[in-house]
Amino acid sequence: MTQAAPTVDVDPMGGEGQKPPRAQRFTLGSVVVRATVALLCLLWLVPTIGLLVSSFRSEEAVKEDGWWTVFASPLEFSQWTLDSYDSVIFDQGMGSAFLNSIVVTVPATIIPIMIAAFAAYAFTFMRFPGRDLLFILVVGLLVVPLQVAFVPLLRLFSQYELNGTFLAVWLAHAGFGMPLAIYILRNYMASLPHEIIESAAVDGASHFRTFWSLVVPMSVPALAAYAIFQFLWVWNDLLVALLFLGAGENEVVTINLRDLIGDLGQEWHLLTAGAFISMVLPLAVFFALQRYFVRGLTAGSVKG
Amino acid sequence: MIKLINAALAIVAGVGGMLALFWILNAIVERLPGRWEERLKPYVFIGPAVALVGLFLVYPAVQTVIYSFADKNSQKWVGFENYKALWNDDNFRSALLNNLLWILVVPAVSVVIGLLIAVLADRLRPTSEKVAKSVIFMPMAISFVGASTIWRFVYDTRFAEGDEQIGLLSAITTGLGFDPVSWLRLDAWNVNDFLLMAIMIWLQAGFAMVLLSAAVKGVPEDTLEAARIDGANELQIFFRVVVPQIWPTVIVVFTTVLILVMKVFDIVYVMTGGNADTDVVANIFVEELIEFGDDGRAAAVVVVLMIAVIPVMIYQVRRFRMQEAGR
Repeated sequence: MTQAAPTVDVDPMGGEGQKPPRAQRFTLGSVVVRATVALLCLLWLVPTIGLLVSSFRSEEAVKEDGWWTVFASPLEFSQWTLDSYDSVIFDQGMGSAFLNSIVVTVPATIIPIMIAAFAAYAFTFMRFPGRDLLFILVVGLLVVPLQVAFVPLLRLFSQYELNGTFLAVWLAHAGFGMPLAIYILRNYMASLPHEIIESAAVDGASHFRTFWSLVVPMSVPALAAYAIFQFLWVWNDLLVALLFLGAGENEVVTINLRDLIGDLGQEWHLLTAGAFISMVLPLAVFFALQRYFVRGLTAGSVKG
Repeated sequence: MIKLINAALAIVAGVGGMLALFWILNAIVERLPGRWEERLKPYVFIGPAVALVGLFLVYPAVQTVIYSFADKNSQKWVGFENYKALWNDDNFRSALLNNLLWILVVPAVSVVIGLLIAVLADRLRPTSEKVAKSVIFMPMAISFVGASTIWRFVYDTRFAEGDEQIGLLSAITTGLGFDPVSWLRLDAWNVNDFLLMAIMIWLQAGFAMVLLSAAVKGVPEDTLEAARIDGANELQIFFRVVVPQIWPTVIVVFTTVLILVMKVFDIVYVMTGGNADTDVVANIFVEELIEFGDDGRAAAVVVVLMIAVIPVMIYQVRRFRMQEAGR
């Protein structure tokens, strides 16, 4: 399931310059085709648009009638307001939750990549007893549900008073992300030309040097792909944050949003702004780096 | 502001600490006599990774199995009591059935929709294709909690006389003259389960589309041409030529979504809290652990999940070995 197999040299997202005579491949009624695609796109977009539109409406308006009613008079600017954002960011703690999410996500993305890159290098270019067995273990662990970790780790962390700290979450995400990171990076490194690495060794370069000055620069596409993957995963995670970080001073956006839904479930205007703030960074990353993200997905996508 | 500075410091310390660790370990090993250096160095490289995987996945997995045979605080052995209790718990059995339903529906529908978009958008103009695919793909960046919030605006229902519907679905159905329905409590025919599954499908179809699209575009032109010359129509070409060639990818997508579905709890947790017969196994784990504080039962739930995953794991390892053999 995590095979790199489907990564053909085409951009699966489509786009300019890669459409040979393909447009003529099938010749069913193209009106039907367009209508179906348009309908599906509409279905996919409408819920998100509803959220976005609602987040700029006043509390009364959100609670009174459907968001779609704005389209009757979209240019009536008095109906648009940033009140919900103001209230969510400053009164409901979404602002500080946003910062916390960054504090959690950046190290939880960078640290496992570094550790996994070293390991992937060893799995690819070094020989040592137990190598193949260890790697099979990594492959097997790709599908193990995260839930296995929590009961023992909660106890372990509470012994060292780590529950509720960022360190606990960083370590946990680094551990949980490790199998996929090693798997993706090792598969990529195995496709690099071995001769270059071998000739570096002949020239007397140490493994440490070869790793930093040759293999890491050559592996940038895979590193970036995994980084985006892990970033989105950690940012969007609720389970790990819920159990190891919880609510309070260090809470992240997903926890904050959950509390908005739970405690203030009827405060619809707050929900919309809160949800949108929690989504804005991953959406930006997603649109800016879609190409890398797609590559990461096609390279491997099972996550424990 | 102080928070930001602390954050930056934490990031530098965390990342720098890791780098220093590798550098020091490496420096120590390089000072050893030649043969020992060669022997030990691989373990310096994989050491931290193995330690993390061991500490955060392997050790807890073993420990969880042990805890599942002990009472709620792991003070005394209870044999299979936790498993028996789960089995006799109506809620857990209904969750198992719900999970089965999720497993049957979500991966299959995601694959079908993903494939539909992949094939249809392939026939649009490049710009339209890109836009259409981005739209379907976008939810991949949204968290389960975020998605749940979005869909609350679809499923909400108002009952009070004179209240306008603010939920899209209810607005449509009441607009058509039906009585308002509390969608997420509607457990007849598992309607509420299907509505929750729709959220998951909404999130995952883009993933299916991306992988299947790459596969469809990779189908060699001459195989299609040959079928055409033999007089096959487009549907025949699709089912007899395209589908068999992309089948491995279909399996990959299917199993990936399947694994995800088995352990996802966020949607149910946020939308219904498992009420109205919508509970799933992964959510029961959270309930047992947080609400009831019963570590023994929570561990037993995880063991059930682990057992369910084993066939996929075996399949995964076998596939990997075949792939390596061909490398």
